[in-house]
Amino acid sequence: MSTDYTENTDRVVSPLPWAPGFYPGDRPQIVTSRFQYEDGHTIERYHATGGYEGLRAALAKSPADVADEVKNSTLLGRGGAGFPAGVKWGFTPQGVWPRYLVVNGDESEPGTYKDRLLMECDPHQLIEGCLIACYAAGLSQCFLYIRGEMPLAHERVAVALDEAYAAGYVGTGILGTDFGVDIVLHTGAGAYVVGEETALIESLEGERGMPRLKPPYFPAAVGLYGQPTIVNNVETLANLPFIAKEGSAAYTAIGTATSPGTRMIAVSGHVMRPGVYEIVNGSTTFRDLLYGDEFCQGIRDGNDLKAFVPGGGSAPWFTADQLDVAFEGPEAGAAGSMLGSGAVMVMDSTTDIPAAALSLVRFYAHESCGKCVPCREGGTWLYRLVQRIVDGNGTDADLQTILDVGQSICPGDMPHASSERLGLDAVPFPYKMTTICFVGPSAYVPIHSAMTLFPEDFDALVTKRGERRSIPVMAGAGE
Amino acid sequence: MTRLNDHNVLVAKEIIARYPKKKSALIPLVHLSQQQNGYVTDDAMRHVAELIDVTPAEVYGTASFYEMFRFEPTGKYLINICGTMSCQLMGADALMHHAEHTLGVRAGSTTPDGLITLQHAECQAACTEAPTLQVNYRHRYRVTLEAFDQLVDDLRSGALEAVVPPHGTLARNRQQIPADRAVGVTDPDDVTEGPAWIQVTPA
Repeated sequence: MSTDYTENTDRVVSPLPWAPGFYPGDRPQIVTSRFQYEDGHTIERYHATGGYEGLRAALAKSPADVADEVKNSTLLGRGGAGFPAGVKWGFTPQGVWPRYLVVNGDESEPGTYKDRLLMECDPHQLIEGCLIACYAAGLSQCFLYIRGEMPLAHERVAVALDEAYAAGYVGTGILGTDFGVDIVLHTGAGAYVVGEETALIESLEGERGMPRLKPPYFPAAVGLYGQPTIVNNVETLANLPFIAKEGSAAYTAIGTATSPGTRMIAVSGHVMRPGVYEIVNGSTTFRDLLYGDEFCQGIRDGNDLKAFVPGGGSAPWFTADQLDVAFEGPEAGAAGSMLGSGAVMVMDSTTDIPAAALSLVRFYAHESCGKCVPCREGGTWLYRLVQRIVDGNGTDADLQTILDVGQSICPGDMPHASSERLGLDAVPFPYKMTTICFVGPSAYVPIHSAMTLFPEDFDALVTKRGERRSIPVMAGAGE
Repeated sequence: MTRLNDHNVLVAKEIIARYPKKKSALIPLVHLSQQQNGYVTDDAMRHVAELIDVTPAEVYGTASFYEMFRFEPTGKYLINICGTMSCQLMGADALMHHAEHTLGVRAGSTTPDGLITLQHAECQAACTEAPTLQVNYRHRYRVTLEAFDQLVDDLRSGALEAVVPPHGTLARNRQQIPADRAVGVTDPDDVTEGPAWIQVTPA
């Protein structure tokens, strides 16, 4: 793509125009090792840099041994829930065939930007990961579901698949063995909720992308066409070639015992150097990420930090009080939030907090699939209420109604961060929920965080009721 | 006449053959029709229904769930301006305001010459490069107001025809599965004793 339109801003621009936003850094790189090459998406470059050696190593072992290797690596799913991939594979019922692999490439959580880069810059790594998963878990066909709004990723993956078929890596008799599997590239058509794995399966069956009732909790038991189905995130699968080639010991040598390896994170918003970084698990705190020289290099214009979202739009917010929390799931959870899909969004002291919260509430209200009432009705209520407050027409009663509506989606204590300024203690993650999936709670989380941590910003708005603020025409409002 | 043309019927049949159940091809086929016609027409949905053995209502039922399908004539170029948090923090509201003024239409509408449709959009997975927009789903990063004007000029002059195909076309290539390499579909109802490479011990 041409980058003619990117020359604005004093923010640092990443050095690799073909991987916008990505910074390599002097750290172990498991999944981003080929991003440094402009032709990292070609099979020639992939071969020259150890490509498909993981598949060869896997095929030299029995499927069960490969599955054990993945289990021993404790590879955690990178889609947001952080469930160990090897354990998930083990949920497939004994002796039920055929089984399918569905690759979740529907990246659309607000703030999340990693899977698209993995598909655009190194599609063969993903394909090799799919093949290793199919071999180890006995999966007969693979569907690679890519978000429709990513045509470049489609083009790159389609070419890579054609190359891989021609080279004998995909299809029948892979590398002369009796292992054979097709990988079918599938196009989404725009729906955030399809990132939920059962909704993804519904969508792949040609239905509206609505999550299925649980139980069964895992599509590993009953999934695509009612058969056992493994749904894995793009980044999760991209780790498999390394694990198959170097072994689980080499993988667990990086990172911590409970979360080995690396993970990709995207930090966006009001920082000097917003970017996508592959970090070693357990090696950083949020302070390192936001202020470290090798990461974001501080808040823009020398401003103070006001708040940040630590794990994608669905995560409760943190403030400067949480900067020293380690970038690890359990620590973030105890502090009142989650790491989710590895997306940090940073707000500096100039931020209009209610308007920022509105952008997320609107997102989740808009993306509700309409299946569960608390989300369908509650999300829309929340959006209208917050919009009214931001417009300067809100009342104290509106603030209370927001909390009441929130209670109908997330009954009981709502997780939030501690605040020294307000004398608040943290309420640890997670919340309770009245909906099938996380879209409903996610509409409430941002406005709950914003009102809990910055009550004065809302008080100022509702007491100034009647003084209409000059705000830009809100595009799409009321859609 | 907005049914799929002969060439696209062949493409459609190839796509259908990749799935164990025909209905799985629904979304790809509606995309194909949108690529041919620029938007999703009633005739095209009827045709897709015939091809995958479902009712037209089922096609519309599914298609209407998804953002990318448009059921009315749409500009040759669809500009989606992201308004979700990372972009909102970096000035997406001002960008949209500017875009509405520059194009003279509200978000959700098409310019009178039928060239450009402007839309509000949600997260485009380019959050570090905010504010972003997509033209026919091709990303533009860190878009300034000047850059937006330049983009509109370039679209109007035809300078971007080589890099931005008309609305409806997503990827400009399509996966080709060579017949001699294909395993073929795995029918979910065909309960066998497991794939060839797995040794299954009888229960």
